[in-house]
Amino acid sequence: MTVLETTGLTITLDGQPLVRDVSLSLAARDRVGLIGESGSGKSLTALALLGLLPPGMRTSGRILIDGEDHLGAPDRRWRRVRGRTVSIVFQEPLTALDPLMPVGRQIAGPLRLHQGLNRSDAERRAIEWCDRVHLPDPARLVRALPHELSGGQRQRVALAMALACRPRVLIADEPTTALDVTVQAQILTLLDELIEETGVGLLFISHDLPVVAGLARHLLVMRTGRLVESGPVDDVLRRPRSGYARQLVASAAQVTRLARPSVHGEYR
Amino acid sequence: MSDPILSGHQLTRWFPGRTHPALDGVDVTVRQGISLGIVGESGAGKSTLLRQLLGVDRPTSGEIRFTGQPLDRIRHRAFRRQVQVVFQDPRSSLNPRMSVASIVAEPLRSLHIGTDRAARAERVAEVLTAVGLRPEDGRRYPHEFSGGQRQRIAIARALAPAPRILLADEPVSALDVSVRLQIIDLLKDLVDRLGLTLVLVSHDLAIVSQLCQEVLVMRHGRVVERGPTVDVLTNPADEYTRALLAAIPQLPLDLEEEP
Repeated sequence: MTVLETTGLTITLDGQPLVRDVSLSLAARDRVGLIGESGSGKSLTALALLGLLPPGMRTSGRILIDGEDHLGAPDRRWRRVRGRTVSIVFQEPLTALDPLMPVGRQIAGPLRLHQGLNRSDAERRAIEWCDRVHLPDPARLVRALPHELSGGQRQRVALAMALACRPRVLIADEPTTALDVTVQAQILTLLDELIEETGVGLLFISHDLPVVAGLARHLLVMRTGRLVESGPVDDVLRRPRSGYARQLVASAAQVTRLARPSVHGEYR
Repeated sequence: MSDPILSGHQLTRWFPGRTHPALDGVDVTVRQGISLGIVGESGAGKSTLLRQLLGVDRPTSGEIRFTGQPLDRIRHRAFRRQVQVVFQDPRSSLNPRMSVASIVAEPLRSLHIGTDRAARAERVAEVLTAVGLRPEDGRRYPHEFSGGQRQRIAIARALAPAPRILLADEPVSALDVSVRLQIIDLLKDLVDRLGLTLVLVSHDLAIVSQLCQEVLVMRHGRVVERGPTVDVLTNPADEYTRALLAAIPQLPLDLEEEP
């Protein structure tokens, strides 16, 4: 069943359209990748889907969450669905986490808000979540402040926080872009494991085609505010229809070839 | 084997308040015409090493040599004419208030190259053309250019004094994927055409494999593996190098084998 659906989503700033006529839908267990370069409008789309656009931006179209239109809804209605029905993790967990609050309390926050858990139950659940995202020594780690953790550990905390209230859709906006390549690989493995276990529907946003292709089953390609291509990952990779998608696939294939000299061995 | 032009011997660099050195006994040799890649993840010490090779930071112990001479015995201008640098983010490395022509001419002025304004203007037009821009682009300002074009401007500036060595610190990481390949092609072309020796710092082995004949893999301030790029990538001896290779996101293999 569809959890999140947007049709004809258009975002304008001072009359300039930044996102034009975007439609997409997500159900539990869906794995959708949204790919595009910087400035293509992919992050704005993500923010709009959670009612988090900066003031001054205007939206039109529909954003249905469990069938209810949330476009232009007051913040108190958005707060009921954020974290509970739809969650998000951002690129840089350091800016998404409160620097002065122990990470355990940050994971516990949404549990208290949405599930009415008392403090000690929520903190116990936070420890369980730290364990689920494979953070070392969870009982001690929940007392740490974000800056005491590594970038990869912080992103694990952000994932625990996003998934703690069992949302049915998770939006991940470039969640590994700020990480080193070996840490990125670990977080991608973790994300794969968590969405499989929890059944949460995934909207994975990235500029990096090989990263998206590894997780998503359906691919959306965005350019200058519009969706220019949509289809199963395999089809888009093998038979990209738009010129832009062809270019993205060709670039990614070239990088893949470079990284695999034992197979191709075509450089000096 | 060609001669070493720039080398570091047992370089160690401590930063105050740290429990581990950023560089820990690193040896590095840059030979004429043999481009070198320095790879590793954040905190490995690659940028610290690059700053030593650039002569903008001093090692706590150890020595940098240029054409066989210790760096502190060489006149700064003579060194800087031969060794230039390009940084990661062309947004922050170009002065927004200067025209492109004066940005590119800046090293010529500061290094006293070119007899007069006209000679410098000629050189600026030449290097702008070499990086795929037009001489008339010199009249414009950095903000009028895309990220990829700005990186071309930064490369033109580095090339202006006709250096032998170009150091580049993650020169394509801030760029979008398709633009990245264009800048890699440009660097490759410049190395071939101008006989430049490139020293490239990157976390991305795919890019190093494209541009560098030799590679040095760093972790925690030390060199864990070094050798011809093709050997290191096809037959990595070190466990960390293997993990680094395995972590590179790739498209499904079967995809590429279609015509």
